[in-house]
Order: sequence, then structure tokens, then C-alpha cells
Amino acid sequence: MSHSHNADANHEANNAAVMAEIKKVTILLSVLTIVELILGFWMIGISSAALRLAIKGVIIILMMSKAFYIVAYFMHLKHEVKNMIMTIIVPLSLFVWFIAAFLWDGSSFKNLRNTYNPYFKEQATIKVEKKEAEHEAVKHEAVKHKSGAGEVKKKPADEKYY
Amino acid sequence: MSTTTTASPNEAKLWGGGKSPFNLEYGKVMMWYFLMSDAFTFGAFLISYGTVRFSTNGWPDSNEVFRSFPFAPEGVHAPLVFVSIMTFILIVSSVTMVLAVHAGHNMDKKGVVRNMILTIIGGIAFLSCQAWEWNHLFHEGAWWGSNPFLNADGTASTTNFTNFFFTITGFHGFHVFSGVVINIIMLIMTLMDKFEQRGHYLMIEKAGLYWHFVDLVWVFVFTIFYLL
Repeated sequence: MSHSHNADANHEANNAAVMAEIKKVTILLSVLTIVELILGFWMIGISSAALRLAIKGVIIILMMSKAFYIVAYFMHLKHEVKNMIMTIIVPLSLFVWFIAAFLWDGSSFKNLRNTYNPYFKEQATIKVEKKEAEHEAVKHEAVKHKSGAGEVKKKPADEKYY
Repeated sequence: MSTTTTASPNEAKLWGGGKSPFNLEYGKVMMWYFLMSDAFTFGAFLISYGTVRFSTNGWPDSNEVFRSFPFAPEGVHAPLVFVSIMTFILIVSSVTMVLAVHAGHNMDKKGVVRNMILTIIGGIAFLSCQAWEWNHLFHEGAWWGSNPFLNADGTASTTNFTNFFFTITGFHGFHVFSGVVINIIMLIMTLMDKFEQRGHYLMIEKAGLYWHFVDLVWVFVFTIFYLL
């Protein structure tokens, strides 16, 4: 009798602990998201590249901690057997190489193109007015279509020069 | 050396059969491994986005692209507002899913049904928000292979931005959609007393793992596309 009463009390206590944990993680996730959004809004008015990079770093740390709380508590991974946790975490550590190698590769490709491809470099310096850009694109299309139709006739004339 | 000799009897007991070494049901272990493979798929998408962005001189400013809001007048400038609502919808639906799993532990059918319905509503609300945003961007001229937005510095942009945006949010949206379908099936099974007959609500836990993963991916997609 007293034993089953004890088990019930244990169950109640366990229930309360689980609910408290859910509440805690919910509040944490909301606060982290709000901080991320505040940083995002703050970044709109900042032009300093170094400061922007620093804020982006903070946002990535916040993102990783949100991911940790979801996986550890909502997906319950923290309360699993250690061997089980390892079979998930160890393969995922491949991401460290995956991210570093590919971002490095991308940035190297940019540097190579800026060095050896003058057109690529020039494109990054020509500013386009938004309205005009759309206009130009439309005009360009129109010209293309016209010249496309006339191309067959033009060709013999061009061949004279060869 | 000494640690291995002392650990081996325990190890033998753990892996010697007769009990589950991971202390997890087979289906849950397999769901974890499926989600791990899915994480690599999403990781590959997001890392290729990062690679292309790192290899390009300019990139559109997300605060200029994602600045509108439903029912707001044309030309309104409200960056991050709509997407923050989408993010909170998904967090709240994740919380209701945890509550459904918890109710399942207690064999509380009513609690499972109530929280599953709330989770499904959250999922549908998120999908509706995404449908609105896609529709809005499409009417601004953005689609696969078409990018009406300029780079942040005013130079001409490539279609990489819209291609990645629609591919990755589309793939995530498809996951949300399948999650909603799975949750609806779980709700129907709960209402038909399937889990009461089995004596456990483990299927709700497996659906829950999938749903939390969808929320987890959104944490990354939201940060990478809208904040960075």
C-alpha cells in the first residue's frame, strides 16, 4: 500500500520535473530567438564590416545553442544512453570539415576569379539603378528578339569580311 | 588497461543479449538515424549556399528582399517581422508536440489529442505563411532562374540567390508538409484508440522526433537566409 503510494508520489514528482524542463526550454528558445531578432534589426543600420561580422558570429553562436536545446531536451537526446548519443554526435562531427572545407573553397574561388577574370571583377563595380535595370533588361530582351529575327538575313553580309 | 578489465564485465552484460543496449525502441533508433541522414541532406544544401555566397562578390540584402507583410500596403518596409512570426509559430508547435509526447507517457489520450491538434494547426499556419511569402516573391518576379533583386551594394545580382532560396525553403516546406501529414495520421490513430490497445504511445514519440527535426532545420534556414 505504502509502496504504491510512494511510486505515485515519484511519478508526480517526475511529471512536475518534466513540465518544469519543458517550460524552461520554451522560455530559453524564445529568449534566444528574440535576442537573434534584436541583433538582426540592429545590424540593418550598421555599415562597419568588422562589427557586422562580429554580430553574425554572435548570431551563429545563438543559433547553435538553440539547436542544442532542441536536440538535447525536446528530442530528449540528453537523457539517452551515452553510446546512443555518440552514434549520433560522432558522425555529425563530419560537419566541422564539411563547413570549413567548402567555405574555404568558395572564398578561394572568389579570389581566383577576381585575379584572373577581369569581367567577373568589373561586374562587382558597376552599379545599376533598380528601375533602370529592369527597364534595360526589358529593352535588352526586345532588342535580342528583333536581332534574333534579323540574324539570318545579316549573316551573308557579315561573311563578306572573311 | 585496468579500466578495460573492470569495464568488460559490465560491457558483456550490456551487449550480451536479453536487454536493449541503447535502452531505446528499435523504431526510435531508426528514426534517429534517418534524421541524421536528413541532416546531411540539409547540411549539403546550406553549405553549397554558403560556398556559392563566399565565391561571389555581391549578394542581395535579405532585409530589402524579405520586407513585406500580409495585408500591408505596397512598398512597406518591415524586415524580419513576418519571418519572426513564422519562427515563433514553429517553436510553439514544437512545444505542443513535446506536451503531446509527455501526455503519451502518462497514457493521457485526451492530452495527446489536444496537443496533436494544436501541433497540426501550427504546422498548417507555418505552411500558409510560407505559401503567402512564396506567392508574394513570385509576383515581385523572383523564381528559380529569375532574380529581380540587386546586390546590397547596388551591383547586378545572379540568380543564385533565388535558386537557393526557393530550393532550400521549398525542401524544408516539403518536410513541414510531410510532418503535418504524419501528425494527422497519428491523431487519427490516437482517436481510433490504436495506442491504447498497444499499451504505449511510442509512435507519437517517433512523429515528435521528426517534427522537432523540422523545427531544428528551420532554426538554421531562418538564421542563414534572413539574419546573416
